Amino acid sequence: MNETFLRTEKLSALFNGERVVKNVTITFQKNKVTAIMGPSGCGKTTLIRCINRMHELIPGAATTGKIFLYDDEIGSINPILVRRKIGMVFQKPNPFPTMSIYENVIAGYRLNGFHLSRDEMNATVEESLRKAALWDEVKDVLHRKGTFLSGGQQQRLCIARALAMKPEVILLDEPTSALDPKATSRIEELIVELKDAVSILIVTHNTAQAARVSEYTAFMYLGELVEFGSTKKMFTVPENSKTEEYLMGKFG
Amino acid sequence: MKASSTGYRIIKDKLFISGVVLFSFLSIVPLLLILFYIIKNGIAVINWDFLTQLPRPMGEEGGGIINAIVGTLMLIVIACLVSVPVGVTAGIYLNEYRTGKIAESVRMAVEVIMGIPSIIIGIIAYTWIVIPLGSFSALSGGVALAIMMLPVIIKSTEETLKLVPNTLREASLALGVPYSTTIIKVIIPAGLSGIITGILLGVARVAGETAPLLFTAFGNPFMNYNILEPVNSLPLLIFVYATSPYQEWHSLAWGASLVLVVFVLLMNFITKLVTRR
Ligand SMILES: Nc1ncnc2c1ncn2[C@@H]1O[C@H](COP(=O)(O)OP(=O)(O)OP(=O)(O)O)[C@@H](O)[C@H]1O
Ligand SMILES: [Mg+2]
Repeated sequence: MNETFLRTEKLSALFNGERVVKNVTITFQKNKVTAIMGPSGCGKTTLIRCINRMHELIPGAATTGKIFLYDDEIGSINPILVRRKIGMVFQKPNPFPTMSIYENVIAGYRLNGFHLSRDEMNATVEESLRKAALWDEVKDVLHRKGTFLSGGQQQRLCIARALAMKPEVILLDEPTSALDPKATSRIEELIVELKDAVSILIVTHNTAQAARVSEYTAFMYLGELVEFGSTKKMFTVPENSKTEEYLMGKFG
Repeated sequence: MKASSTGYRIIKDKLFISGVVLFSFLSIVPLLLILFYIIKNGIAVINWDFLTQLPRPMGEEGGGIINAIVGTLMLIVIACLVSVPVGVTAGIYLNEYRTGKIAESVRMAVEVIMGIPSIIIGIIAYTWIVIPLGSFSALSGGVALAIMMLPVIIKSTEETLKLVPNTLREASLALGVPYSTTIIKVIIPAGLSGIITGILLGVARVAGETAPLLFTAFGNPFMNYNILEPVNSLPLLIFVYATSPYQEWHSLAWGASLVLVVFVLLMNFITKLVTRR
């Protein structure tokens, strides 16, 4: 049942020569939720930004090591294609302010100049918004600007926008850090529902959230991958003393 | 002792505030006076004929300034066609490449052009275009105005795009949208009102310029639609009429001034509307 579809091999990421992700080798399973947790500044965001090749866009940034999506090394695939297969939702909701809700959802098609018929567009918009559990709230205001929505709705809009491209995997960078508890649990439910359709990597500060939504958990500390394994096991019998301290809330 | 020093401070504060109010009021007095004089002297000659007829020879009654209005519009359109693509592109470039030798030189060039007296820009357009083509022309006048608009457009484009949050660019790139498309379809639309504001401010800046047109657009008492021939423009017409010895021409100059001022104020007003949106 378990199938590794994405893995990194001795991956390091650098900013201006300084290594902030160090020799990370990790595997991700298809249709599972993998949580990446660790204290602030340990390189979680940087790690997932390497996976969809967003890291290299920052001036002075570099990577070493390899990342494989199935059998292809992503460094050898055009970054544009990598990013279509590996969707991303950012920490802060960032809908396109000049576009309506409808246009935001199909922005990936429109901006890339893919031509869809009216019906296909309507279907994609509805399906993506349903998957993101936003359809019922916005179905009557699809042509209003996305920036009118609440923070939690905007974040789900961004999830719908990423899902519309039918990616292999979606990277969620602390998707609930700007949200209230209600919106947070809405998105957590959503993550659990989504994993049949798409594999999920979620960065989180919140150990309870990792325990609630994920099957696998990675714990990072100072740029290194300290421990990686099934969430159940890590939260009951962590192997590494640092992991244990972190889970007990001693730092981070 | 303490009370009196507080009292003194309160008085000082009051004095300061009244000073500020007084000086801000003084600063708008010239504007009000200018508007008052132009309207008082100009309104009398403004009528339909004035706006739609060609000037009459000296000695005949009536006549209008339609050739100058058309000429000014032609010059502005030419200036925009030249300066908008170049200026917006340069502004985008400066925003994308904040550091580096080329960006630094472009930035410096913008400052320098900003400070060059407009008459000298006229001479440049003269040597570039009038001499090679052998004739004064609307084209050369438009180019001179374009050079004056460039720094305004470049600066406002750069400043506007700087305010477009980086998260938006990342949202687009993360959807697999190529860089160039991201700029054209995401970044520019997000900053569009600021870019338009810059263009309108540029237009308002050059609409009243006379000096760079003296040996480029040159002036023309007749109607002309050919961009390779001299055209009249409102500021040139005002200059010629106001410095003539004839009383009637003086009042025509006031009327043309009113038209020009209204046009510039309209530009500023539209700019305000665009930025508010
Ligand atoms: N654009 C950048 N330029 C230089 N250094 C950076 C940049 N972004 C991040 N860093 C550095 O890289 C390290 C890892 O940052 P990263 O954002 O990956 O941490 P994180 O684990 O996501 O933290 P948080 O939980 O606070 O989001 C930090 O030390 C940070 O200072
Ligand atoms: Mg982060």
